[in-house]
Amino acid sequence: MVNASGAGGKKHWLVRPSTIKGLWVGGIAFLAALVGAGAFVHGHAYFEVDGSFAFYAWYGFATCAAMVVAAKGLGILLKRRDDYYDV
Amino acid sequence: MTFESLPPGLILVLGAFLLPLLRGRARGGVALLLPAIALVQVWTLPDGPALSVGFLDYRIVPVQADALSRLFATIFLVMAAGGALFALNQRTVVELSAAFVYGGSAVGVAMAGDLISVFVFWELMAVASTLVLWSAGTAQAYGASLRYVMMHLAGGVILMVGIVAHVNATGDVSFHAMRPESLGTWLILLGFLINAGAPPVSAWLPDAYPEASWSGMVFLSAFTTKTAVYVLIRGFPGAEILVFVGLFMVFYGIIYALLENDMRRILAYSIVNQVGFMVTGIGIGTEMALNGAAAHAFTHIIYKALLLMSAGSVLYMTGKRKCTDLGGLFQSMPVTTICGIIGALAISSFPWTSGFVSKSMISQAAADQHLASAWLLLTAASAGVFLHAGIKFPWFVFFQKDSGLRPADPPWNMRAAMILFAALCVGIGVFPEPFYRLLPFPVTYEPYTVPHVLEMLQLLSFSGLAFFLLLPMMKRTLTITLDTDWIYRRLGPQLVRLIGGGLVAVDRTVRKTWFLGVRNVLVVAERLHGGRGIFARTWSTGDMALVTLVLLGASLAVFYF
Repeated sequence: MVNASGAGGKKHWLVRPSTIKGLWVGGIAFLAALVGAGAFVHGHAYFEVDGSFAFYAWYGFATCAAMVVAAKGLGILLKRRDDYYDV
Repeated sequence: MTFESLPPGLILVLGAFLLPLLRGRARGGVALLLPAIALVQVWTLPDGPALSVGFLDYRIVPVQADALSRLFATIFLVMAAGGALFALNQRTVVELSAAFVYGGSAVGVAMAGDLISVFVFWELMAVASTLVLWSAGTAQAYGASLRYVMMHLAGGVILMVGIVAHVNATGDVSFHAMRPESLGTWLILLGFLINAGAPPVSAWLPDAYPEASWSGMVFLSAFTTKTAVYVLIRGFPGAEILVFVGLFMVFYGIIYALLENDMRRILAYSIVNQVGFMVTGIGIGTEMALNGAAAHAFTHIIYKALLLMSAGSVLYMTGKRKCTDLGGLFQSMPVTTICGIIGALAISSFPWTSGFVSKSMISQAAADQHLASAWLLLTAASAGVFLHAGIKFPWFVFFQKDSGLRPADPPWNMRAAMILFAALCVGIGVFPEPFYRLLPFPVTYEPYTVPHVLEMLQLLSFSGLAFFLLLPMMKRTLTITLDTDWIYRRLGPQLVRLIGGGLVAVDRTVRKTWFLGVRNVLVVAERLHGGRGIFARTWSTGDMALVTLVLLGASLAVFYF
C-alpha cells in the first residue's frame, strides 16, 4: 500500500479518477442494497415515524444535510480568522 | 493501613514522582508497571468500604469498591498505560509524571466513598492536568493552561461550597445518589457539569486540550470529562435536567466540529459531543441508560485516545495540525491511517466496533421510555457523529487533496499503542459479552440483531452520502468559530481596557485639579510669607502699636455686644 510517489510520479491507485468513479458506483449500489434490504427486514418500531419505509436512510440523510446547513449559517455569524485571539 | 486498603489511585500518584529519577527503558518499564499494580489492586478489593478514617467530625472512606468504581478505575488505568506507551518518545518527563498524578487522581475519584475524598482527588486532577497542558512549553499552551486552571478552580470552589452546604444540611459526607433539590446538591451538580464540558462553559475544552503536546492531549481527553461522567452516574442518576444538557452538548459538538479546521480541535469538540450522549443517558436514568452511559464512557476513552494518537502521530511527524495543511497522508502513513479509521468507525458506532455496543444502549433506553423527541435527536446525532468525526477527521487529514507531505508512520511504540487500542475497539465490538459483564447492572440488551445492524448501516451510510454530496459546503477555511470563551478572552479584556481607560482619565483630572489647588495655596503663601511678603517684612514700632490698638478696640467692641 505504501507507494510514496514523489512530485510528478504516478498517482496512488486509490486517488486515480477511475478508482474514484468506481467507488462512487460501488457506494451507490451499496446504498441501494441497504434500502432494498429494508423491504425484507423489519425492526421494532417504537414510534410511528421510525416505521416508515427506509426511515434510517432518509432520516440520516436529511438530518445530516440540516446540520451542515445549520453549521454553515452559524459560521456566517461566528467565524473569524484563526489568528483572531493572537492579534 | 495495609497494601489491600491502599487507595489504588495513590499508586500512580506516588509512582509519578519516581519517573523523573529514571531514564530510558527503566522509565518506560515503571510507567507500564504502575498501572498494572494498581489494576491488580482494584480487582482484589472486596465490595464495600476498604479504608475508613476519621477526619474532623466525619468518617471518610477514601477506598470503596463496587462494579461502577471498578469499571471506571479499570479504564483509567488502561488509559494511563496505553498513553505512557504512546508517550515514550516525549522529551519532557514533566508531562508523563503529571499525567500519572492526573490519572491516579481520576482513579481516586472513582474509588472514593465520600464527598471529601472526591473533592480532594478532584482538585488534584485540576492541578495535574494543568501541568500536562503547561509542559507543552509553547506560549499558546501557557495562555490556555491559565484559562483552563481558572475555569477548573472556579468549578472546584462551586463544588466545595456545594459539598459544605450539603453536609451542613444533612450531616452526611457519604457519596451516593442525590436529587438536585437543595442549594448544596445544585452546586455539586454544577461543579460536576463544569468538568463534563457542559454549557455554557463547554469552550474551556476545545480552547485548552488542542494546545497540549502531541502526547499530552491523549491523556487530557480521557480523565477530566469521564470522571465527571462517573460522578454524575453515581450522584445524579435520573436527574431530568441532564437530558436537556446532554442533548445540547451533543449538537453543540457536531456543529462546532463541522466548522473547525484544526484536526485536534475537531476531536475536542467531539469529546463534548460524546459526553453529551452519556449525560443524556444519565438523565434518562434507567438501568439500561446508566449501563449505556457507563459503557459508552469506557469505549469512548479507548477510541478517543486512539483518534488522538492518530492525530498526535500526524502532528509528531509533520508538525502540522490544520486540515488546510494536511491531506493525502494515507500514502505514507498506512498504520496511522488504518488505526485512525478504526477509531473513527468506533466513535460513529459502526457495527462490529466498541461504540456500537455501548451507545446503542442509550438510544434503546430512550425508546423504552417512549421519549420520542430525545430518541429522534439522539438518532440524528448518531448520524451527525459520522459526519463530523467519523468521516471528516480521516477524510481531511489522510485523504482529500494531496498536501505533498510524505511522512512515515511514527516510531514503534506509538504504532504499538495505536494497534493495541484499535484491537480493543474491534475486540469489544465483536465480543461484547465479557465487556457487558463489567457494567454496573445486569445486561439484558442484545446489540446484534439483523434489523438493528441494518438500521445503523442505513443511518451511517446515508450520513456518508450527505457528507460527500455537501462537501463543497464544508471546504476548509483558515478560521475559528467564536464561542462563549469570547466573553473572557475578548469582551472581558476590552471592558477592562474601557473601564480602566475611564478610570485613568478620571484619576488624572482629579489629581490635576488637586495639585493645581495645592499649587495655588503655595503661590499665595509665598506671596504673603516669602521674601518680600507682607507678613515677612520688618514692621515699625508705630505700625505695631496701631495694629495692637485696633485689635484691642475690636475685642472691647465684641465684649460689649
